[in-house]
Amino acid sequence: MLKRALGGSQRYWSWMFFLLALVGTGLACYIRQLDRGLAITGMSRDVSWGLYIGQFTFLVGVAASAVMVVLPYYVHHVKEFGGITIFGEFLAVAAVLMSLLFVIVDLGKPMRLLNLLLYPTPGSIMFWDMIVLTGYLLLNIVIGWNVLESEREAVPPPKWVKPLIYLSVPWAVSIHTVTAFLYAGLPGRPYWLTAIMAARFLASAFAAGPALLILLGLIIRRSSNFAPGGDVIQKLARIVAYAMIISVFFVGLEFFTAFYSQVPGHMQSLEYLFAGLDGHRNLVPFMWISAVLAVTALVLLINPATRENERTLQIACAAVFISLWLEKGLGLVVGGFIPSAVERVTDYAPTVPELLIALGIWAAGGLLLTILYKIAVSVKEEEPGMVELAQKRREVV
Amino acid sequence: MKISRRSFLKMGGTFALGFTALPGLKAFAASGLLKASPDPKALAGKKWAMAINMKVCREKGPEGCKECVVACHQVHNVPDIGNPKEEVKWIWKEPFANAFPGQEHEYLEETVKGQPFLVLCNHCDNPPCVRVCPTQATFKRKDGIVVMDDHRCIGCRFCMAACPFGARSFNFRDPRPYIPKLNREFPTREKGVVEKCNFCVERLAAGLSPACVEACRHGALVFGDLEDPNAGIRDVLSSRFTIRRKPELGTRPKVYYVV
Amino acid sequence: MYNARPVIIGLAVFIGLTTFPIWRALEKAAPAPEPELDTPAIQQMPEKLCVEATPTMRARHMQLLGDWRAGVVRDGRTVYAGQAGKKYEMSLQKTCLKCHANKDKFCDQCHDYAGVQPDCWTCHIAPGENKP
Repeated sequence: MLKRALGGSQRYWSWMFFLLALVGTGLACYIRQLDRGLAITGMSRDVSWGLYIGQFTFLVGVAASAVMVVLPYYVHHVKEFGGITIFGEFLAVAAVLMSLLFVIVDLGKPMRLLNLLLYPTPGSIMFWDMIVLTGYLLLNIVIGWNVLESEREAVPPPKWVKPLIYLSVPWAVSIHTVTAFLYAGLPGRPYWLTAIMAARFLASAFAAGPALLILLGLIIRRSSNFAPGGDVIQKLARIVAYAMIISVFFVGLEFFTAFYSQVPGHMQSLEYLFAGLDGHRNLVPFMWISAVLAVTALVLLINPATRENERTLQIACAAVFISLWLEKGLGLVVGGFIPSAVERVTDYAPTVPELLIALGIWAAGGLLLTILYKIAVSVKEEEPGMVELAQKRREVV
Repeated sequence: MKISRRSFLKMGGTFALGFTALPGLKAFAASGLLKASPDPKALAGKKWAMAINMKVCREKGPEGCKECVVACHQVHNVPDIGNPKEEVKWIWKEPFANAFPGQEHEYLEETVKGQPFLVLCNHCDNPPCVRVCPTQATFKRKDGIVVMDDHRCIGCRFCMAACPFGARSFNFRDPRPYIPKLNREFPTREKGVVEKCNFCVERLAAGLSPACVEACRHGALVFGDLEDPNAGIRDVLSSRFTIRRKPELGTRPKVYYVV
Repeated sequence: MYNARPVIIGLAVFIGLTTFPIWRALEKAAPAPEPELDTPAIQQMPEKLCVEATPTMRARHMQLLGDWRAGVVRDGRTVYAGQAGKKYEMSLQKTCLKCHANKDKFCDQCHDYAGVQPDCWTCHIAPGENKP
């Protein structure tokens, strides 16, 4: 099946080489980071995690969101999801891989990574995060690949895949729960010390992931002879709408608890993020962009007319994705470190090499995703009548 | 007795596995650790702790006295990087309001308000940094001291997120060029690992008290074993009112302050 | 066999290329370096004894150092009963390198020859390094 990724239009190849160039740039910067140390990043003694760990957290959510297509299709037998399930699973594969890469580039001593296995420590949440993430990666590779292969042969998937699929549902929830526990169990960080952290993570993941999947589905429809139907896009849109409402509601809960109780530790991080603290206002514009985008997305998603129109739906999905990317990929991690343990505010801004390394990892994920999607699309295109169907669906839009 | 091919292969496999484990066992038996023991001179304790008498420090020490800080950083090859973002420190001074957030109020006595307080790793009895470390690079010794095994640290900085006292520093760059005067009896650290105060385990092992305690000529720092009823630190704790940093977090710090 | 000639020639070239380092080493056959013991501290010793017998040290010094590391850092055991019952402080900087002050002639030479790169010296201070 792999050779299906080797034939493509010129546009496909220029896209691949563009991503490859970004990967190369990121790699060059990473080699410099290995040589100079993490001093080339914007992180500091006080803000000791930054963009890398933020991206890791966000991407674990994107990976977990595959469950939002697997669950309706395999458990509730909602037929419309059949065409798109494989894309959800492959998105999970790429997202987990990116999140693991983000952890690795964040390590001060990456060459000692295997110490995690050499000295297994069940008391550490990071130990469990490693286990659930690698497990989830394997599950999705095995499931996706086998289902796609049997689809190519037009036979039902092997029997042993079914239990793995059922297992992947709670497993998806576990990866984001465990990732939330990395934060929610730390005594001195009131912004993270909240029992709804895992719930918040899952809600925002189930909004951002399917929103990305809708955008990817529309791109596939435009650029190939396989077209995900309007009905499945609408089903996903409803999931995004509900998840986004819950996600914003959860953030509202945090605001209430902090500001009605008036406990300084609980208010300070939110103050820093949305209004600035002690004259430091670095992240304020970004958090407000995130808030405005979230409201815009909610308006477009709740209103049936704009949700059902694929043009406005696209805008809503992009708004959801960017809003949550800012909230979780940047604000959540940095905000937790401010103020510091001794009540100081240290600003954080990623440096250029840090941004390029992050971009390189996104490009590596994009590269893998393109290859996997290319293979999946080429299998789908062979289904009888698919070319004509795709033609028709494109015309409808 | 008949053995099926299947069970024969299974048994063979088990034996083979046993043989591969043999060298490991042998290595363990021959381990040099059997010939290793603590130094008889070493100071032994069950629960090492420190009491800092800030009143003595303020009243007896000259203005801006930093002798304990200098002694510690000198003996442990702590670099002076000069950039507060990358600062490495084991013991340092923080204004009262920063060391004890929420405890300062505008009518507080002038002898305390805004005054610098010595802060260092609290060697918590229930240390969150140890709980989160994925490789046991940071661990609590039997005598209660929380130490780093920098041979093992992968530099994930989970401990820095977990420590509520800001006691941990990360080596963002190679520290060697920033060490003014090397102590050749102690290692440095390298880029990519976390470090912090070790309550001078290397000095306790040789029968010496911690460098900061020794450096303070006025006896503001008292180091001792909490489990020893005759220890000087027990005297201080039973005769003076002492406070600890952020006790509400349940980490049970073992550095006590006489305000 | 189809295309026997090019296949055999190709195989020969492939094997020749991949085994090239071995051929080269055979031809040169660099002699194994002898660790040098000529330091003032060793010269002054009445009986030239290391913590363990020379063959043990030669074969197992890395395990011994690993054990010392674990013993000191994790266990608080700092004294080692070496051969002939002599006691040593378990310390790379304070014990090993006090005698073997010639790191380049004692450690590095053999490590280079064997192609191993122990990363002791990023933290531990070698004699003569960064002399103030």
